[in-house]
Amino acid sequence: MSALLSPGGAAAQLIRRDLRLALRRPGEWLQPLGFFVIVTVLFPLALDPELSRLRDMAPGVIWVAALLSSLLALELLFREDGQDGSLEQLALSGLSLAWLLLAKTCVHWLLTGLPLVIVAPLLATALGAPVAALPGVLAALFLGSIALSLIGAIGAALTLGLRRGGTLLALIVLPLAVPVLVFGAQATALAIALEPLAGPLYLLGALAVLAATLAPLAAAGAVRISLE
Amino acid sequence: MAWTWFHRFGSPPHFYRIAGKLVPWFAVLAALACLGGLIGGLVLAPADHLQGEGYRIIYVHVPAAILSMMAYAVMALAAGTGLIWRMNVAYAVAASCAPIGTSFTLIALITGSLWGRPMWGTYWAWDPRLTSELLLLFLYLGYMGLRAAIEDTARADRASALLALVGVVNLPIIHYSVDWWNSLHQGHTLLKLGRPSMPPSMYVPLIAMIIGFMLYFGAVLLVRARGELLRRERTARWLLDVVGEA
Amino acid sequence: MLEWLSMGGNARFVWPSYAITLLVLWLNIRWARQAARTSRAEAKRRLAMQPSDS
Repeated sequence: MSALLSPGGAAAQLIRRDLRLALRRPGEWLQPLGFFVIVTVLFPLALDPELSRLRDMAPGVIWVAALLSSLLALELLFREDGQDGSLEQLALSGLSLAWLLLAKTCVHWLLTGLPLVIVAPLLATALGAPVAALPGVLAALFLGSIALSLIGAIGAALTLGLRRGGTLLALIVLPLAVPVLVFGAQATALAIALEPLAGPLYLLGALAVLAATLAPLAAAGAVRISLE
Repeated sequence: MAWTWFHRFGSPPHFYRIAGKLVPWFAVLAALACLGGLIGGLVLAPADHLQGEGYRIIYVHVPAAILSMMAYAVMALAAGTGLIWRMNVAYAVAASCAPIGTSFTLIALITGSLWGRPMWGTYWAWDPRLTSELLLLFLYLGYMGLRAAIEDTARADRASALLALVGVVNLPIIHYSVDWWNSLHQGHTLLKLGRPSMPPSMYVPLIAMIIGFMLYFGAVLLVRARGELLRRERTARWLLDVVGEA
Repeated sequence: MLEWLSMGGNARFVWPSYAITLLVLWLNIRWARQAARTSRAEAKRRLAMQPSDS
């Protein structure tokens, strides 16, 4: 990539490249979605499949499953580029690494987070949620998944190249993800109960915005540290 | 004036020497403060009219909880200093805080659970303060886990420093979200024996214990930090002077 | 005296709390000193292995 590109141009090029590479191996990128569905389905099997009981558990089930799926998906964020040296090139390119990482995280979210957001209303219905609740479920997962991708990127950058980084990644990211979980699950619960969910939804939005501004900076710092 | 002090403190041989001199002072003062606090808290303070004698656990629980958070703050501050000024001394201090902070967190959790049993009837009831302490424990474990997973000390120092900073920014957010969550579900809360309602005979020993724990933290921190510093200074001449002695 | 020891019936919570606290604090001291001692020994070894500089 030429250092003569504007930041916007560089980001656009990076996004196109990442999308192209990812779509060569779609199977890999669909795994987090598969995991999300399977984990959610396990709960009615493990517990009482009666819809009114499931409805009470639905927010927790969906959000824990989404959290765990996003953790799994994080392995895909930097793996390729970390190994073949492209990440290093990005860091040395002279452009703002934070900005480039934001672009990368966007692609990552489009491929791993957005599918969860789309499928979540279906799963919520399967767990007993009324149809009127679905826009709220969508909104909560939309904001929450964005926040999770961004926060997770920091952890992925810190554990770049480490053996068995997966469990360590979970240990690092999960405490940081608790606020998203708390607000997201409550927003979903209110949606399913057909009550106004503006409060937790705004808090979730605030977290997403905070993550979008600060997380790429932390991730950029972490990438530089990991690559030295 | 403050800068020269800062730079002297950051110089490894100075830090090593000064820390060595401070440790016995901190240790003795810590022991005295804790002794006073224990006598005041266990013997002299009256029984609480709501909880009877069982409340006396606060004389170890509250100081441990406060120190668990203070240790994290010191760790993050030292980590940030290390990142900005590339100071080995700062990294040594940050690395030393983690095991001590983890111990305080464990004490807070165990004593909190033991305090909860006579109050709620169970050993754990998702009280917001205990839940926050539990998450703090995971933050510490993540920090130490990251350190342990990275072979190169320099990269381990920098990576864990970044994690500590991210953690310290997140701590208020996590704390707030847990409080918010708890208020929704009408959970149990460990009775906060607030200062206005606590007579001096109760809270003076508490303050003494808190100060004693702080001094203890300082002493153990400096002992560890000196060792950590030795591991980081490779060929410095001052090492010969220090280590050459028995 | 016995009444004080029984802590109004809560003895089995109060005293273990103090005992565990004391134990953990003591272990911390030991652990810290051991770590410092090991670091010193390592530093000594490292210096001995280096060629002496001018």
